[in-house]
This record gives sequence, C-alpha cells and structure tokens, in this order.
Amino acid sequence: MNILSPVIEKSAALIPIHLQIKGAHVFQKVKKGIVKGKPIPVFKESPIPDVESLAIEDIDVSNPFLFRQNRWQSYFKRLRDECPVHYQKNSPFGPFWSITRYEDIMFVDKHHELFSAEPIISIGGQPEGLAIETFIAMDPPEHDLQRQAVQGVVAPKNLKEMEDLIRSRAKDVLDSLPIDEPFDWVQEVSIELTSRMLATLFDFPYEDRHKLAYWSDVAASSPEATGGTGSMDEAFTVAAEVAKQFSKLWREKEAKKSAGEELGFDLISLLLANENTKDLIDRPMEFLGNIVLLLVGGNDTTRNSMTSGVHALNQFPDEFIKLKNDPSLIPNMVSEIIRWQTPLAYMRRVAKEDVTLNGQTIKKGDKVVMWYVSGNRDERAIDQPDQFMVDRKNARKHLSFGFGVHRCMGNRLAEMQLRILWEELLKRFDNIEVIEDPKYVQSNFVKGYTQLMVKITAKPS
Amino acid sequence: MGNITFIEHNGNQHSVDIEEGKSLMQIAMDNGIPGVDADCGGECACGTCHVIVDNNWIGTTGNVTKDETLMLDMTPEKADTSRLSCQISTSEDMDGMIVRLPEFQM
Repeated sequence: MNILSPVIEKSAALIPIHLQIKGAHVFQKVKKGIVKGKPIPVFKESPIPDVESLAIEDIDVSNPFLFRQNRWQSYFKRLRDECPVHYQKNSPFGPFWSITRYEDIMFVDKHHELFSAEPIISIGGQPEGLAIETFIAMDPPEHDLQRQAVQGVVAPKNLKEMEDLIRSRAKDVLDSLPIDEPFDWVQEVSIELTSRMLATLFDFPYEDRHKLAYWSDVAASSPEATGGTGSMDEAFTVAAEVAKQFSKLWREKEAKKSAGEELGFDLISLLLANENTKDLIDRPMEFLGNIVLLLVGGNDTTRNSMTSGVHALNQFPDEFIKLKNDPSLIPNMVSEIIRWQTPLAYMRRVAKEDVTLNGQTIKKGDKVVMWYVSGNRDERAIDQPDQFMVDRKNARKHLSFGFGVHRCMGNRLAEMQLRILWEELLKRFDNIEVIEDPKYVQSNFVKGYTQLMVKITAKPS
Repeated sequence: MGNITFIEHNGNQHSVDIEEGKSLMQIAMDNGIPGVDADCGGECACGTCHVIVDNNWIGTTGNVTKDETLMLDMTPEKADTSRLSCQISTSEDMDGMIVRLPEFQM
C-alpha cells in the first residue's frame, strides 16, 4: 500500500503538491537503494511462441509483447475454446484469473458487489509512492459521488456545444496533411487530434497541448502496472509536472469563481462548481487521480481508434468501398472500429467473496481480469468476430466501453470525435493507403499503435 | 390488444402494440423506435434504454432495483419517473401508457 498518501494529504494545505511529489520521489529512490522495496519488473522482448506449443496452465496473456507482436488472437481463441476462466499463477504481475468469453465478462462487469475495482484496474499495481485515487478504481458508493461530479463535462448536451469547435480543429489538421507522400498517421493525425480535444476539454493552454498526450502516455506506461516502457523517474517527474500545471489552472479558475465571473464547461470549472469536489485540490491524490483518469481515458483510447479505422479499412478494402459509396454508414462503422480495436484490452477486478464462474472457483481476494479484447472476438456472442464490417448489425453490442457502474463515461465523446474525423476524411480524400506494417505499443493494457505509415490521395476536384 | 406510446424528444410519437411479458426495451427495438440504443441487450448494465414514464403510469411499471438506480444516476437527464426500459416487463395493464425519450442516451 502507499504509505505516503496520508502524509501528502495532511500537508496538502501547506506545501504545493508538486513539491510533495518530488519529496516522495527522492524517498522512493533512497528506499530502492537501501532497503530494496518491491523490485520493478524488467521486460525483455523475445518472440512469442505458437500458442499450441504451450500447456494451458503456462499461457500468460499478461505478456506485454502479445499485442506488440500481434500474436494475441490465437492466444485468446485458445483460452475461449479450452479454458474460458483461466488461472495463471506465475505471471510477473502475480497470479490472476482471465475471463475471456463475452457472457462471463458481462457477468463480472455487472456484479460490482462480487468484484471490486479497488485498488486499481491494471493487472499489476501502481508505482510505489504514486498511488493516485480515481473513481474508475473505487466501488459504490464513493465511486458514484466522484463520477457524478465530473460526468457532465462529457455529457451529450455539453458535447453538442463543443462539436463545432472540435470539427474546425479537425479540419485544420486534415487540411495541412501532405498529399501523395508517406507520413505517420499516428503522429500527424491521431495524436494531434486527441491533444487538441483534451486541451478543449480541460481548457488547457492550447500551445502546450502536446504535453497532455505525453503525460498521458507516461501515466499509462508503468512497467509494474501494465508491462509498459516507462521508468520510475519519468513517472514522478511527470506527476509533479501535471500537479503543478493543473494546480495553477485550478487556482486561476478558482479566482475567477471568487470574483463572481461565470465559469465555463471545462472539467475544472465543473469540479469547482460541484459541492462534493469544490475542495478537491486539498485532496491531492484524488485531484491528481481525476486529472490523470480523464487524460488517459480521453487519449490512448480515441487515438488508437483513429488509427485502427484506417488500418481496418486497408485490411478489408471492400468495406472501404462500401463506406465511400454510403457515408451514412459512418456512425455504425465507428462502433465497429471501437469493437474491432478494443483500445483498452481489459479491466481488472478483485473477488470480494468466493465466486464460481463457468465451473471454476475464484477465491476471495483473487485478481480477475476481464479481457474485453477477447470478448469482442467471441464467436459465441458476435457473428464472424474477426471480420471488420462497416454495416455490421448490432455494432453497438461490444465490450470496449465496459458495462455496469464503471461503463466508459466518455463513450459519446469518443464516438463523436471518430464520426467527425471520418466525415471530414471522406470529404477530402479518395484513398488512405497503409504502406508499411504498423508498429504496436508494448503493454498488456493499451492495445495501440506507435506508427502507421500511410499515403493519402486527394479527391479529384 | 393494448398499446404504448413513445414520444421522442423532438415530439414525434410512435404507438406500439403491447406484447405481454416482453420488456419495453425489446418492444422499442422490435419496432425500430429511434432514440433507444440498448447497447447491453437488456442486462441493466449500460443505461442506453432510458425512458421517462408519464407520471400517471409510473405506478404500473414495477419496482426499481438498486442496480437500475445506479445506472440511472449516471445520466444527467434523469427525471423522477426515469426508468431503464429493459427493466419494465409489459402487460395489458399498461394499455394507453405514455413514455418519453430523453434528448440523449448516455
């Protein structure tokens, strides 16, 4: 458990949060040097073997190279077919259960009284000394109050207000893309658009928007939580930076509020306007937690869906033709992209009591991982699940947003951003051709792309 | 056979036949009522089949479970007579019932 949080909480009123985080960083460094705290796992990449060569109990889907090497489909298919509720007892993240079929995942996600989201939703724990508190990792009733305070920022009513701004910012990006020459879609489109979006949501200084994407990447890439490529030093430096910049933003908006000025519909203004969260800054780990949750939630997910749409339409060229012939399919395709990609591969729970599921007994206290990425390819629930179909029936029936009280709060924002992107793309471009195999993220949690080289052809005018 | 009227946020009305025992959500889906998504397929787990039942009819729609309340609390358009239509089992007692759809499903 994190021993520093209570200290930080108490001193919050006196010492700025970012200086406290720096203090905690020094403490962790010293501790690692002297008493050798929990070691941070080191992941060395080696080729992933053919799943058929492994005994079922040796299958470890927490391997952070499974997505990176694009070997995940056969692994999850074998688990779904042979051992849908699977126990891996020796992973680098400790023992855990994998839930791999659609119906079983729905069961776990729905039953928050049996499966707790605390203390965190990644397979591994948070970096020592940096245990932020976020409502995605809280159970009712605390969860409900915190979520209600912030969900207005991404509520459809608020989004309607923002649609024009988001569209005009998207147009700027697309109008400046190089034509008929190779470029990286991830950098030039997906990251750029999501950074602009986040800056809009947070009312963050627009010229500093690229920091938001960088911070989010660092926050989601801790090796102990997800097998990512981050380092402890980077995590602490970024946490301190996020705390500093967002405290500043908070104080500015607070001053506006005190002066009787009208507050906007950005995240911090909404937090300041809500009785339960107006003093959130005095609870630094919670403050930081909410910011980081919205950063990561609004970043990796949409970014990777923006990339995967292009990738999918290149793998299924007939679907691209179908789409071009009928752009009214865009909203349906957006849901299909989100299913096909599943940008966050899973959410983790802990059993609150012994639970029998599909013949296996999960013991109280065991970690339970709901592999959305597998449920979304479950032949039992979804017709031809590996096919990408822009006109799929019931395309909204997918697990990527989760179900139950933790269902994705930003789902409508994500759908809107993707819809706008594709509406504007189809107006401008005749083709978006993938010219190299994509490169994928190292992580067991973020299922995403680091690079997708493309060449675009303009529409004949 | 009785019927139930859905009123969209823009005022459009749709009258549908009651099919005793079927959920109101399923009836909406079968009749293609716009504005009901029902992403989870009737599991009380997504909140996208939200309807606002007319005051005079709320008594006929049965009890609200704790889980339904939790899901409804997540939508900013929640009203006093909000229900998830997947949790309402229809019966002939509901002949003439009016339900309104919110502007957005969450």
